[in-house]
Amino acid sequence: MKLLSRWSGIEKLKREKIFILFLFLGLFLIAFICITIGNMFYKQAEDFSGLIDTAKDPVVLKAIGISISMALVSTLIAFFFGVPLAYFLARKEFIGKSIIEGIVDVPLMIPHIVAGIALYGVFMRYGLIGAPLKKLGIGITDAYPGIVVAMLFMSLPYLVDTAREGFKEVDPRLENVARSLGASHWRTFREITFPLAFPSIRSGAILSWGRAISEFSAVLILAYHPISAPILIYEKFTSFGLAASRPISVLLISICFVIFILLRVLYKRMK
Amino acid sequence: MSKMIKIRNLSKDWKEFSLKGINLEIKKDEYFVILGPTGAGKTLLLETIAGFYFPDKGEVRIDGHDVTNLPPERRRIGFIYQDYSLFPHFNVEQNIEFGLKLRKSSDTNRKRLEEIMDWLDISHLAHRYPATLSGGEQQKIAIARAIAIEPSVLLLDEPLAALDLRTRDYLREELKRVKLELGITMLHVTHDQTEAMVLADRIAVMMKGRIMQVGTAYEIFNKPQNEEIADFVGVENILNGVVRSNENGVAEIVVDMGYNIFAVSDCHAGTVKSFIRPEDIILSEKREESSARNVISAKIEEMSDMGPLTRVRMDNSLVALITKQSRESLGLRKGDEVYATFKATSVHVVR
Repeated sequence: MKLLSRWSGIEKLKREKIFILFLFLGLFLIAFICITIGNMFYKQAEDFSGLIDTAKDPVVLKAIGISISMALVSTLIAFFFGVPLAYFLARKEFIGKSIIEGIVDVPLMIPHIVAGIALYGVFMRYGLIGAPLKKLGIGITDAYPGIVVAMLFMSLPYLVDTAREGFKEVDPRLENVARSLGASHWRTFREITFPLAFPSIRSGAILSWGRAISEFSAVLILAYHPISAPILIYEKFTSFGLAASRPISVLLISICFVIFILLRVLYKRMK
Repeated sequence: MSKMIKIRNLSKDWKEFSLKGINLEIKKDEYFVILGPTGAGKTLLLETIAGFYFPDKGEVRIDGHDVTNLPPERRRIGFIYQDYSLFPHFNVEQNIEFGLKLRKSSDTNRKRLEEIMDWLDISHLAHRYPATLSGGEQQKIAIARAIAIEPSVLLLDEPLAALDLRTRDYLREELKRVKLELGITMLHVTHDQTEAMVLADRIAVMMKGRIMQVGTAYEIFNKPQNEEIADFVGVENILNGVVRSNENGVAEIVVDMGYNIFAVSDCHAGTVKSFIRPEDIILSEKREESSARNVISAKIEEMSDMGPLTRVRMDNSLVALITKQSRESLGLRKGDEVYATFKATSVHVVR
């Protein structure tokens, strides 16, 4: 019975030929991703003990821990400053708005290595921001803050853009009504606008977090040490080759995947 | 009677809409309708009164207080939108409670909530979410939510426009009840003439950002002050002419089409426009003796069936609306010769 209904689904699709064509074109991309990642996992499965050894290696675990936690810090900062910006951009029209929106997207457009160099110029010991921070005893380069700075720069557009679109979807008339009912603008934002835009903000935050974990080039230049996962993978690859770098990669992907799934489940539970 | 809303010289430009020096006074407990075509700036006017926008110029007073610079949350105005604007993440009860929670202790809230839901007969919907409700139900929830805060004024922006006919009739009665039983001053915006006629104590016609005329439904629909208003409120016979004489307040007017009509008017001379509502013209096959001063022969050029009514256009450019019944009993057809009869009091003359 189930098989039958599934079959009728395909029959239905047949009558809409354009979707069959588009499905096949789309599958090309899906296959591209699946073959690449699947191959890596498959090869690693042949050397399962190597994966276990890697999972026990404190250097590897520390690097992965650094990547995930620093990405979290970066995402929290992006959230704190980015959500207000996103709301502002969603609601207000002003001259030069597209310039501001363009600036937010600059990190998406420039090569990451270039961003790294630019960040280094500003945050190094003699840099525009690095120097005064140094005086306060805060070092950015080759320190945890450096990792966060690099990650933040590269990942903030994902959060701001997605949150902005989310806020735009919230009908301003809902805010108007809330205010006519006696709620202040603050309260309206807290109880109406933010909760309604939250699904978008959440996916923006997850995108931003994922992007931060995967950032390599900018982190490489700003903070090679303390060593984070992508840098460790790169180091292993250049020194010992594919077989040495692969288990860390597989481990990192697996852990991120599990966290991602957990977040989704948790959110559904909350609802 | 005291004034509930007083608007003085209100001006505002916003996107493609504008308000141009609006002056309005709405009495306490009045059902006031602003009638105007799409794009007249009606919504902008309501939203400016509610405080969602600040005016460029002018003043808004509510119940004697100048609220021009107050934020919306301090104006005590209920607002109803056409698309209901219920909070989708709250259920019905939470929607209605939203404003209540901000005002009173939870004990009285519970009681008030139940009272309102009872009064509007929506208690059975308490735990449903807006997306699962029909348009009519949603609008009732929106009304409940707005009156929960005991506003002095309720602003309604095309509240019935998205509903089917039957629901519309039903909610119209509910809105009347809100005014009569709760004593809330209603300011209702619409483009629907029937709605205005049925609901309004007084009507203001708004066009292109201006208030063109304020009056009772009778005055607006029968005595429009100019051609633009006449055209909008469905006066289909707008005749240009010259006053030839005036005897005891009845003017004889030679209209462009080459015949004379009589109108109750104090115009003695000059060019004028005469307005006659199509439903005020009676058609007959024979010249009938009646007290009506105007009997004009004409040939039927076109007839269009509009359900219960038929619109008849004649060769002398007169348009009459007749009932289906009289159309059938007269056996009217295109090309028939008929007499169009209307009273001198049915002709409204403006300069």
